[in-house]
Amino acid sequence: MDDFLIRAGLAGIAVALVSGPLGVFVVWRRMAYFGGALSHTALLGVALGFLLGVQPGLGVAFVVIAAALMLGVLNGVKGLALDTLLGIVAHAALALGLIVTAMIEGVRIDLMSYLFGDILAVSANDVGWLWGGALVVLAALIKLWNPLLSLTVHADLAHVEGVPVRRVEIAFMVLLAIVVALAMKVVGIVLVTSMLVIPAAAARAYARTPESMALFSAIIGIWSVGMGLWASYTYDTPAGPSIVVAAAGFFVVSLFKK
Amino acid sequence: MPTPTQHKSEDILLEARDIQVSFAGHTVLSGVSVSVRAGEIVTLIGPNGAGKTSLVKAMLGLLVPQSGTVTRKPGLSIGYMPQRLQIDASLPMTVRRFLQLGTQPGQGKTLKALKEVRADHIANSPMQSISGGEMQRVMLARALLREPDLLVLDEPVQGVDITGQSELYKLINAIRKDRNIGVLMVSHDLHVVMAQTDHVVCLNQHVCCAGHPQAVSQHPEFVALFGEDIASTLAVYAHQHDHHHDLDGHVVGDGCSDECQHDDDGDDNTKGHDHG
Repeated sequence: MDDFLIRAGLAGIAVALVSGPLGVFVVWRRMAYFGGALSHTALLGVALGFLLGVQPGLGVAFVVIAAALMLGVLNGVKGLALDTLLGIVAHAALALGLIVTAMIEGVRIDLMSYLFGDILAVSANDVGWLWGGALVVLAALIKLWNPLLSLTVHADLAHVEGVPVRRVEIAFMVLLAIVVALAMKVVGIVLVTSMLVIPAAAARAYARTPESMALFSAIIGIWSVGMGLWASYTYDTPAGPSIVVAAAGFFVVSLFKK
Repeated sequence: MPTPTQHKSEDILLEARDIQVSFAGHTVLSGVSVSVRAGEIVTLIGPNGAGKTSLVKAMLGLLVPQSGTVTRKPGLSIGYMPQRLQIDASLPMTVRRFLQLGTQPGQGKTLKALKEVRADHIANSPMQSISGGEMQRVMLARALLREPDLLVLDEPVQGVDITGQSELYKLINAIRKDRNIGVLMVSHDLHVVMAQTDHVVCLNQHVCCAGHPQAVSQHPEFVALFGEDIASTLAVYAHQHDHHHDLDGHVVGDGCSDECQHDDDGDDNTKGHDHG
């Protein structure tokens, strides 16, 4: 097997390993649009990364976390629904990202690779970063699991029972932001939400407990990466979209589960 | 069962003083004071928009009042039963798992709590498949697993049929007696409230009147709020007595003490009325 394919597989597995378990919370908390909005801000991070001469990945993580925290604060603002705020922040950031990208002179940014991912081009260094980030997120999620689950079921009840609701929510948003930054490498800005939502939704039909749903979600995500890469290698289809289509296939199959 | 007037102030579990709450300039609560003592059932009644849930939230620390203070007895453990609990259909969760969210009790304790609320038969059912009455019982079990000194119940019989309602109130009353804990309850259901409560606070943005259920049901502000019909129907729940209460429900005049004991006895104030 070619080296680049092994690297791509390792990168994809790292992302699926965290986007699956975190994605179940996105589904339970009906935050699919939130994930989408965060990913739109990522392009601004890429552009800022180039502008400041740092790793685009770091720029993305920084901007997405900042956007997540800002949304967390704005969510407390009365009078506007969260989805309206998401629409404002996401598209303002995307537009700003496109402007900054266009204004950077001397550097040609391969917009397509950021918008749709370029998993076949990941370096060994990238794989190291992805695995490092994935393991950190996974460890944090395991630690947050119970309080996060409790406040997902009922925030006020969790608060009365002593869960530091605000802190846990912010921590969750930061984790989500990191996963968006990681997944961008694999499926691109446009398709990031799919890695969070589709494996989790497909896992629902098979799960009896919250924990098993997270586990199945990770497994389905990993299978999707494998099948997408296989299709890409065999039929020369674009890799990121192939992974997403494979995940969607798993979802369709799950619909027939009695 | 001691009457509220016989309690010492150190028995107070949770106390709100002069609470003021407003949303976007609209006053929801002003100058409201309520306290709950160990072994006592305090019920908040009032029309929609009277601020009942806001008061409960302020007392639980879920909402910060513009002014006023909320004091908890140090180390107080609260079991809270929210008004509504709807778990997204996408979240697979059995009743048993739900009960293990708030605390980490062993399987034995979980089942015991379910038995106490008579819901052990649904331990392995998904939360989304149980009935309204079962949901209320399960939430009560979760509150009990915290071994509370105080139960805070926001409309505990919501979505429960009539027989179930009366059973649930009896259950709450029995738990209160068994464990000698305080209960703060919001209710719409005046009839049952009158039968199962020690102390009623009638709320309409301010405290209209408060005291023993019977005294409250005769209070002019209560009559004005709920109408003559309801007020006179509720009088059926009270027995004959020959003394009067002041606004706080304290007996004034020369009511004999035996009569008061009987009158204020929360365990036996269904007063010849069978709730079946």
